[in-house]
Amino acid sequence: MIEIRTHGRGGQGAVIASEILADAFFREDKFVQAFPAFGVERRGAPVMSFTRISDSEIRERCQIYEPDHLIVLDPILIETVNVTSGLKEGGWIIINTNRSMEESELTRKFKVAAIDANTIAIKYGLGSRATPIVNTAILGAFAGATKLVSLDAVLTAIGEFVPAKKENNRKATEEAYNSVITIE
Amino acid sequence: MRKVIMGNHAVSYGVRACDVKVLSAYPITPQTQVVELLSEMCASGEIDAKFIKVESEHSAMTACVGASAAGVRAFTATSAQGLLLMHEVLHWAVGARLPIVLANINRAVGPPWSIWTDQNDSLSQRDVGWLQIYCESNQETQDTIVQAFKIAETVKLPVMLVLDAFFLSHTFEIVDILEAKDVRKFLPPYVAETKIDVDDPHSFGNLGSPSEYFELRYMIQKAMEEARDVVKDVDIEFKEHFGRGYGVVHPYRCDGADVILVTSGTVASTTRAVIDEMRDEGIKIGSLKIRLFRPFPVEEVYEVLSKAKKVAVIDRNISFGHHGIFFQEIKSALYGRTDVPIFGYITGLGGRDVTPKVIREIADRAVSDEKQERDINWIGVKV
Repeated sequence: MIEIRTHGRGGQGAVIASEILADAFFREDKFVQAFPAFGVERRGAPVMSFTRISDSEIRERCQIYEPDHLIVLDPILIETVNVTSGLKEGGWIIINTNRSMEESELTRKFKVAAIDANTIAIKYGLGSRATPIVNTAILGAFAGATKLVSLDAVLTAIGEFVPAKKENNRKATEEAYNSVITIE
Repeated sequence: MRKVIMGNHAVSYGVRACDVKVLSAYPITPQTQVVELLSEMCASGEIDAKFIKVESEHSAMTACVGASAAGVRAFTATSAQGLLLMHEVLHWAVGARLPIVLANINRAVGPPWSIWTDQNDSLSQRDVGWLQIYCESNQETQDTIVQAFKIAETVKLPVMLVLDAFFLSHTFEIVDILEAKDVRKFLPPYVAETKIDVDDPHSFGNLGSPSEYFELRYMIQKAMEEARDVVKDVDIEFKEHFGRGYGVVHPYRCDGADVILVTSGTVASTTRAVIDEMRDEGIKIGSLKIRLFRPFPVEEVYEVLSKAKKVAVIDRNISFGHHGIFFQEIKSALYGRTDVPIFGYITGLGGRDVTPKVIREIADRAVSDEKQERDINWIGVKV
């Protein structure tokens, strides 16, 4: 089983990201499960969501405390929330940032994939300049870096789950897939 | 068609397939998406039903009572305080013998306000005369809605389907979605034996004198007793049609088990992963999920648990001043028939996560400790 935890802020699309990801793996014949860490959602507040992927039926119905991989929609969260808590050594951190991660301490224990999802989201008119919706871009980076799921499956899942601007969301995903920078 | 959908939408898709004519609900977290999707389906004409907007859950259940008395299928969904506000009318649905189906998303009752799961809302309605079925997966949830209408109409009693807030209601997983044309072969259009009909006037809900009321209560109990077999038969028939069945209880690796954990809801699912882990270590342990809570499946429970050396009941609820409610039910079901020791564990109230680690702690205690307090053990409480 692969367990993925997504960290973001209310409004960035973290919860839908975990659902799209589950749907993408479903399209590759995996058993999947996705759900949010249930708070009273507020725009800007730290949020978490979870995705499980398995070759057999998933029975665990609880939050993920020791994820295999992390998706981080807001790099500031690393300073305010213990996002790497429980992350397995050698796991991927897919992070939305416009800075180089080469010197980051995170690269000592984990594989890091950096993508400037804000710029990509703004380019394709996803959300506003102040609060871009970065979930589809970061999923492109996830697929590009980890190769755990195909770009096609992610694009199909976006068609299923994203309510508006489907084409622009797909373009953002593709651009992130092709431009993600990985440090292994 | 297989799709990745949330638990609440699994409820909606179940209802969509059942030719329900009246929907009425008042929004409450974490139930909201159930009726959100149903109202969209009504608006688009995907289902041919009347959606009655109301100002409270009391009115929602009252609308269902009226619709059901008029001879059509009626459905509502709610949670916590909403279910409690329905309480008076829940009794009415039973006394009037109306086959209404209700989905209750288990949410802890305030204060303090909580939107997270525990079972005290539905279990506090234990004695009203509604059947209660607890689900653990989105697939089971959708399928149980369809079964619920058939059961309700057979025994002429309302059915409450229960699922955990968020751990099921907001969890996305794969569901094989039922279509109305296929369900119709299993659940034909509803024809009420008696109904409000202006051309054939009767009196409904009239005064029942002491010479009648007693017998009507006796008949409700007889219907409940009959429901034990009906729930089983409907499940078997459902399996013949759709290839999926759930039983009234679900024993897992109970053969030769010294210790059996009794579970319900999503905890039942997580527990099976723990059982496998412990079996791999050579520990003789199994689990028994209680799916049907009312009527209580006494014989099925006895048959499984009487073979164990110890029984450990996990309750995500508490009857203040006594014990966990499933614990009481198990004790009562086994009383006088076996001397197997029964231990009670309370955990997960107000949405506290019940992880494999928590279940393992309960299991380890049940396996090793002979002298622990039997009736009530609090797991994870920080005091």
